[in-house]
Parts: sequence; structure tokens; C-alpha cells
Amino acid sequence: MIKPLALTMLALMSTSVASADTPATLMAHFAQQAGSPVSALSAARGETLYRSEHPGRAGTSVSCASCHTANPKQPGRTRVNKRIEPLAPAANPQRFTDAAKVEKWFRRNCQDVLQRECSAQEKGDFIAWLSQLK
Amino acid sequence: MNILLRGIGVLTAVGAVTLLAFSLPSGVAHGDGGGDVMPRLTHKNWQQECASCHLAYSPALLPRASWQRLMGGLDNHFGDNASLDPATQADILRFLEANAADSGTSQIGSRVMRRMEAKDAPLRITETRWFVGKHDEVPRSAWSRKSVGSAANCAACHSKAEQGMFDDDSVRIPK
Repeated sequence: MIKPLALTMLALMSTSVASADTPATLMAHFAQQAGSPVSALSAARGETLYRSEHPGRAGTSVSCASCHTANPKQPGRTRVNKRIEPLAPAANPQRFTDAAKVEKWFRRNCQDVLQRECSAQEKGDFIAWLSQLK
Repeated sequence: MNILLRGIGVLTAVGAVTLLAFSLPSGVAHGDGGGDVMPRLTHKNWQQECASCHLAYSPALLPRASWQRLMGGLDNHFGDNASLDPATQADILRFLEANAADSGTSQIGSRVMRRMEAKDAPLRITETRWFVGKHDEVPRSAWSRKSVGSAANCAACHSKAEQGMFDDDSVRIPK
């Protein structure tokens, strides 16, 4: 009787340690950094950010969708054709569960697509949109 | 007499073992990546970080000086920002240096070095004379096919690239 309970407790504890971050905690984090309430984040702005085209290399245009495809529940392709797991948590629960990883990819990809860093609000909007996709 | 015989016996045994070692198909017995097999290496950050965008190319394919240049310029990695935190970057560079083509740890590395000038430090594996020589039968048009994408996409043709196997038998050039 006691054993299953203890095991469940242990499992619960280890899950909470392994994935301390969730889309919700990251949105709260970026909203706080931006100095606004979470409710001020906008999924619509997040989608616009995802889809907007910017001047890329050799006269082409580039957007998040260039690699992650128009549908972020689908797998994408890197520039050298390697598979990218879907970006939307509905299709890939691993997304937005590791703050360091999230920051690393925002840093890299905002530079590549926008030629600048993304603001805290943009990051919050981005996750707000992706995490509400069903 | 006895000692002489024993001596001959020992010499023969040593000779046989030596012969055997040199006649084995390279890469099979020692796993250091002889022939067309990359050295079997494991390194968490190398596999995780490099392979999130492309195949984790073997460190044996470029000399140390190349890896130093490459890891020093991750902000502009062939046009993409691939920057890492300093600790991870240093950890991966140490691993690349320790197993580089000129580290003397693999046959494939020695082969790459045999065709490289001492002062050379190419950034692209595809620029090494070793790579060019290995691919001289591949028609130019094949590289730009949509199914291949770029010469950086080893796995497009090398079906066992993920396992480090690049022998001719596992090659299939897509249409």
C-alpha cells in the first residue's frame, strides 16, 4: 500500500525537477521582464512575428516559417536539411520546458531572421501563440 | 636448444599477431575509424549541440587549427548564428582538438592530413583535398538536387552516416 504511494511521490518529485519550466512559467518570466502582466501578452502578435518576412541572404526573404514551416505543428528542416522537431507544444511537449534552451534559440534565430535580438515581450508573445495551438 | 626453439616460437607468435593486426579490415578491430568508418566517439555537448542543426561531423575530418577557427566564429557560422555559452563552447573545442585530424588518434585523420599542407586550416570539410578526392565520381548536378540540399547533408547519400559509416556500399545518391 505504502510502496506505490511512495513511488508516485518520487515520480512526481522527479518530474518537477526534470522540467521546472513550462510555457506558462516562461510566459510569466518574459512578461515580468517586459514589465507587463501576462495578460498583456498577445498570441496574435506572436503569430505575426512568426510569419513576417525579412530580407535574408542573397535577395531571398526569411521568416521563422522558412525553417519551421507555415504550420508549427509540423516538423521543419534546418538549412542543411536536418529534421527540426515541431515547435508547437501540442505536437512536441518538450518545447518550452528548458529556459536555457529557449534563450539560446531566441538569441540565435532572432539574429538570423530579424538581424537583432528579440524583446522580452516578443518572446512572451511568441510562446503565447504557439502554446495555445491545439 | 630448448631456449632457441622457445625463442623462435615467441617470435613466430609475435609475427603472426602483428601480421593479423595489419591485415584486418581497417576500422573493424580497433574502432578508431579506419577505412570509411568514423572513429567511435561519444561526447554529450558535441552530439547535442552540433547535431541539433547538422550531422555531428567527426573531429577527425579537420585539423586542430580548423576547429579553433570554427569554434571562434560561431556567431557567424556559415551565415547562421550558432553561438553557445562560453563553457559549452570551450568543452566542445577541447573534444574537437583532442580528436582532430592531426591529433594522431585515427587512421581517417591521418589520411585527411596526408593531403593537407601544414599551414592549411580550412573551415569546410568539403574543401579538404581528402573530401574532394573521395567525391570525384559524384556528378556536380547531384549536389544541388532538392533531395540533397547541400554537400553538408552527408545523410542524403550516405544511408549510415548517423552511425559513422561511409563505405561505398551504403551510398545511394537520390534522384
